[in-house]
Amino acid sequence: MDTTRRETRSVIDVRGLRKRYGTKQAVDGLDLRVDQGEIFAVLGPNGAGKTTTVEILEGFRDRDSGEVTVLGQDPASGGRAWRSRLGVVLQDSRDQVELTVRELVRHFAGFYPAGRDPEEVIDAVGLREKESTRARHLSGGQRRRLDVALGIVGRPELLFLDEPTTGFDPQARRSFWELVRSLREDGTTILLTTHYLDEAAFLADRVAVVRDGRVVALDTPDALGGPQARRPVVRWTGPDGTTHAERTTHPERLVAELTANGALDGEAPGLQVEHPSLEDVYLELIGTAAPTTASTTATTTAPEGSTQGRSTEEVAR
Amino acid sequence: MSATAPPDDARATAGLRLPSAARLGIDRTGIELRAFVRERDAVIFIFTYPLIMMVIFATVFSGQDQSADGYGVPFAQYFLPGMVATGIMLTSFQSLATSIAVERDDGTLKRLRATPLPAVSYFYGKIGLILLTTIVQTSLLLVLAATVYDVPMPADVSSWATFAWVFVLGTTTGTICGVAFSSLPRSGKSATAVVTPVVLVLQFISGVFFAFFALPSWMQTVASVFPLKWMAQGMRSVFLPHDAQVLEVAGTWQHGATAAVLGAWLVVGLVVGIRTFRWRRRDDG
Ligand SMILES: Nc1ncnc2c1ncn2[C@@H]1O[C@H](COP(=O)(O)OP(=O)(O)O)[C@@H](O)[C@H]1O
Ligand SMILES: [Mg+2]
Repeated sequence: MDTTRRETRSVIDVRGLRKRYGTKQAVDGLDLRVDQGEIFAVLGPNGAGKTTTVEILEGFRDRDSGEVTVLGQDPASGGRAWRSRLGVVLQDSRDQVELTVRELVRHFAGFYPAGRDPEEVIDAVGLREKESTRARHLSGGQRRRLDVALGIVGRPELLFLDEPTTGFDPQARRSFWELVRSLREDGTTILLTTHYLDEAAFLADRVAVVRDGRVVALDTPDALGGPQARRPVVRWTGPDGTTHAERTTHPERLVAELTANGALDGEAPGLQVEHPSLEDVYLELIGTAAPTTASTTATTTAPEGSTQGRSTEEVAR
Repeated sequence: MSATAPPDDARATAGLRLPSAARLGIDRTGIELRAFVRERDAVIFIFTYPLIMMVIFATVFSGQDQSADGYGVPFAQYFLPGMVATGIMLTSFQSLATSIAVERDDGTLKRLRATPLPAVSYFYGKIGLILLTTIVQTSLLLVLAATVYDVPMPADVSSWATFAWVFVLGTTTGTICGVAFSSLPRSGKSATAVVTPVVLVLQFISGVFFAFFALPSWMQTVASVFPLKWMAQGMRSVFLPHDAQVLEVAGTWQHGATAAVLGAWLVVGLVVGIRTFRWRRRDDG
């Protein structure tokens, strides 16, 4: 992957964004900057404030305070010309079910001054076989592809994707991810929200982890959380049979010390040096990580070959 | 490219223009029509309801007159104008109040709002659909009345001129009030339940199912506040003989009052519609 920044212009600039619903502070002083040409992921658990943030950027919701610039404009006052440069894929879609894929893509293409060729878009999202199918009869994944088709048919400079793969099977997610990457290759800047860590890790050039309406970490997926969060954990079983775990920047020094003071005997049963996976880092960031000392099963040896338990090395691109 | 310059509008510099609102209105009419004809229930209801009502009432009361003070007109002839007016209200007011509420609920409006489609083009599409469906529906009704129930069609130009302005003004008012009313239902599901009773009550009190002159005077007074009574009366002035004016409460067709009441509702609907129209559900941020 090309991870070097191709452009340095900012497409989205958000400072001190706040939005409150009743007593719930949905967005609580959020800062973001998305550069041209990148895939930027806003990653966080349900209720973190992702949709609220994105819909403020799209001009749908009013903010209580903060500075927001999207494509050089305040979204609250964006007109037709501004909207013609955006692509929006909303979190849920169940509209216009009586129209076919092709009718919808062609119709939406006509809204824009320099839209893409509808036929090419249908091919790009892989809906050629379904072009004459009404939206009502599409599967969840196909419907999402149609949403993306409608989002990109205007050749947007900036595309918003709000939880685009929720409910997908693994295969559908894979091919969806490839589609999103190909859009970046075409020069589209993409702001993606997700609560799937692996999605952010696979797609994003940079990730902002959001919790309670605030950005708690912002970096490339590989570097998320910073060196502190990535310190290895040393685990061992003491002579009395109890398990121990300790975080350290210098695991070999700790092992030497433990051996020297007799906490470890020569055999060292259960001695492990574990590098936290991206998932460990993420869970710690959003405040749901199990405490280090209580954890006795090593994440790196998680039995299921699922995408959830992958180590940092596997996830890194 | 500098690090600080705000992104300029590449399309503007390339001289690309946004498509015109009128052209998009035509596109919208096309897509509205397609979606409409595929909603089989709605199509059947809109086109057959007035016909079925016409058949039922004209059959049940066949051979009878609507008469008072020694003057009478055949039942089918008296019933037709009310059915034409009702049809207009169904295709404009009722179908729009429901369909916009549903489109707000299911996210159609929100999706369109995210695009550069101008708001007026969306409404042009609705108006186009309503005009076409109303014309088809009214024509079917007139053909049925003329061929099966021998209702005489007016032969003079001035009657058809009256028909034209009552039809256009009634449809426009119904459309605009439908847009305004669409913000009232809390959800798409409740839209039909909220809109239908209003329409049904108006049909009963406005001289559609029963002769207007035979209704209690308080009911006549209430009905006079609403457009349907005036649309029905305007249509009676087209399809009933000149002398049938004696059957009206005022003793005349009251074209001036008809235009005034419909016009007033048009203005009120416009003001309310513009102030209350929302692209998103109430609970949507
Ligand atoms: N329209 C709304 N009315 C009331 N509360 C809302 C509304 N939208 C969002 N919230 C609340 O704001 C918080 C953030 O929601 P949201 O932005 O949808 O989170 P996410 O997209 O990250 O799951 C949640 O606690 C949610 O309940
Ligand atoms: Mg969300």
